Amino acid sequence: MSTLAHDSKYQLVTRRLGLWLFILSESMIFIALLFTRFLMQGVYRPEELNQTLGLGITTILLISSFTANRAEVRIAQGDRTGFLRNLAITIILGLVFLVVVVAVEWPEALHFAPPSTGYGTLFFAITGMHAFHVLTGLIILIIIFFQGKRGQYSPEDHWGAESGVVYWHFVDVVWIFVYPILYLFGP
Amino acid sequence: MSWIKGILFGVVGYLAGYWLSISLGVERGTEAPFAIGYVFFFAGWLLGAGVWDHWARSWFGLENKTPPTKESHGWKRYFMFSTDHKVIGVQYLVTFALIFFLAGAFAMAFRYELMRPGRDWLSPKEFNTVMSTHGILMIAVAVSAIIGAFGNFVMPIQIGAEDMAFPRINALSYWTTPPVVFLILGANLLQGADYGFDFGWTAYPPLSTVAGLGKLFFLLAFMTLGLSSILGALNILITVIRLRAPGMTWGRLPIFTWGVFTTSFLSLIFTQFVFTGLFMVVLDRVAGTAFFAPDQGGGALLYENIFWIYSHPAVYVMIIPGFAIMLEILPTFARKPLYGYKWAIGGFFGIVAMSATVWAHHMFTSGMPDWMTVPFMAATEFISIPTGIIFLSALGTIWMGKLRLKTPMLFALAVVFNFLIGGLTGIFNADVATDLQLHDTYWVVGHFHYTIVGGEIFALFAGIYYWFPKITGRMFNEKLGKLHFWWMFLGFQAVFLPMFWLGYNGMNRRIADYIPELAGTNMWVSASAFLLGASFLVFIYNVVNSWVRGPQAANNPWGARTLEWQIESPPIEHNFHQIPTVTGHPYDYGVEGSVHAVLAPQAEAAD
Ligand SMILES: [Cu+2]
Repeated sequence: MSTLAHDSKYQLVTRRLGLWLFILSESMIFIALLFTRFLMQGVYRPEELNQTLGLGITTILLISSFTANRAEVRIAQGDRTGFLRNLAITIILGLVFLVVVVAVEWPEALHFAPPSTGYGTLFFAITGMHAFHVLTGLIILIIIFFQGKRGQYSPEDHWGAESGVVYWHFVDVVWIFVYPILYLFGP
Repeated sequence: MSWIKGILFGVVGYLAGYWLSISLGVERGTEAPFAIGYVFFFAGWLLGAGVWDHWARSWFGLENKTPPTKESHGWKRYFMFSTDHKVIGVQYLVTFALIFFLAGAFAMAFRYELMRPGRDWLSPKEFNTVMSTHGILMIAVAVSAIIGAFGNFVMPIQIGAEDMAFPRINALSYWTTPPVVFLILGANLLQGADYGFDFGWTAYPPLSTVAGLGKLFFLLAFMTLGLSSILGALNILITVIRLRAPGMTWGRLPIFTWGVFTTSFLSLIFTQFVFTGLFMVVLDRVAGTAFFAPDQGGGALLYENIFWIYSHPAVYVMIIPGFAIMLEILPTFARKPLYGYKWAIGGFFGIVAMSATVWAHHMFTSGMPDWMTVPFMAATEFISIPTGIIFLSALGTIWMGKLRLKTPMLFALAVVFNFLIGGLTGIFNADVATDLQLHDTYWVVGHFHYTIVGGEIFALFAGIYYWFPKITGRMFNEKLGKLHFWWMFLGFQAVFLPMFWLGYNGMNRRIADYIPELAGTNMWVSASAFLLGASFLVFIYNVVNSWVRGPQAANNPWGARTLEWQIESPPIEHNFHQIPTVTGHPYDYGVEGSVHAVLAPQAEAAD
């Protein structure tokens, strides 16, 4: 039986819509956490925050969003090598971001804002929740990378790659809100 | 089978997570390794239950296994990772019926304790854990049963679709629910200081941040339930938006479908708030954060706000599908068009739009600023306007109708009656002055049981009787159905009506004892509760017996017009021989020349 629901173009729109609703739902977690930040601590921010590092990782994540976009464009054009190269850069940038947050940022913050304080609670919970999304995004991108290597995607059919990239953009957009609210607000 | 493989994978996952967290330096003996272990258990459970076989294999370049079908696995597919929306609907229905009876048994246990004042057989902590277990399991039933069972089985057929938009996510949202029950029962089996959770289903800190592994189990269970709810809502929204048959315009959508559709907006958006709130409690417990520690910069009231931003809309996640079943059934048995169809849909949307503006009516006694109380009181009272419109739609449909009082219709009429009492008594909770007196008393217990049990659970049973012939292809015993109805209806009134009086006289909820003056009424309530509990034995006997050896049901025994009644009972795989064309309104009973849908000739021949 052939119906509209089985038409691949129609199905693609359906899947896109599903992903967007998922992202809408997932954003609520961050909305709740970021509101909590203002409820608990107003715009208070410790002086010791490492601003250079904050700006640095923000830049890294933004560039990774750009390369992720390039990867998607390349596979849509049928350029598999370009797709894999851009995807690999994205994954490396993402890994750098994650490692810097977990291995540099967090140990530093432990000194001036441990989780047992108001700001530390927010800092670790929000960056931690974001880092968890970065981690899931990286796992998805790595799976996509190896699928792409096996030749799974084509210009006509690359929903898997597209969904991973859109999710990665979402993770970046969340950081664009997290960064100023944790690092820049306040006197 | 998915259950065995899921548990196996889950245990392996748990051990791996526990070991991993210990070797990463997490302190042994704290709750953190358990929390991390559970996350891995959960992942392992899902992989074992079917995500690996039918989904994840392709991520690693392997061939996915084909999901079980009727031909390949027969009845065993009900215990497997089936992607068929009808199988998933039945899985939900049976699973949540079992949870409902289990939660009911817990209610019997603490009603036995409350039969007499003083202590009988439960310690205060046991009493509160048993009461909380009843609460959270019933919440799970109320949030998931109608949407999971009929939202899955009936809704896609009503809109003329072959299945849900994302069948694998659909299976995933079902298989997410068993760990909820494992955790809740697990918390009841723990010993010593780890035993139980004694904070109701609301888990307010600081009580919920006090040590005890059982409390952690509760928090993780609630978060897991939220995940299932979100995935289900996503699927329903996309299915209704994208998979309607040709001609199924928004103005022709059956009212039950409208109900689960509008409800899904609430689940999709607000469930994340309770998820985040519970997550914060977990962090306070296992990571030493200070969200709810006022001396360290946090605030305990914060939780109440986050919790009720979800949990007030959640009562509409419960009751809107109940209203929708009521409005679906009334026209069929009154043989009249649904009165004010568009207004009722407007009522659904009105509730959805307003539901997030009223949460603080749960906090009048929590120490909120005085100027905030009146706006929340007013908003709460305004939300009874869309609710009232839905109510008028029901009354208008019954008005001057030729009512056929079959079992499903009796339950649907009971929804109207019960919810009227539930709604009117709610006004006293919404009103600040009276709520200060009634808060946390049995008045509140009576109120929400009249709305959720009297409204939604009666609607759930209305739906079970209504769609039973469609789901099973067999007819239930009408006499036993009516016996169950009257037994349950009268038992329900006998249990919950006196609670308003108890609450008015100051009987506190969530406390194992009460003043001796209330002994007589409590004895009556407990005795009636056991009677109410026994009424379900009739139901179980009737349903099981009819499912196995009941008479063959006609395809359309109620003479209904919606699409699910125009196909075989039980429906074939993918429901339709050919996708139908919708040509008219679903509820034009008695309207000459109106045709809801045109089906392919094979289906009509099989009729
Ligand atoms: Cu409320």
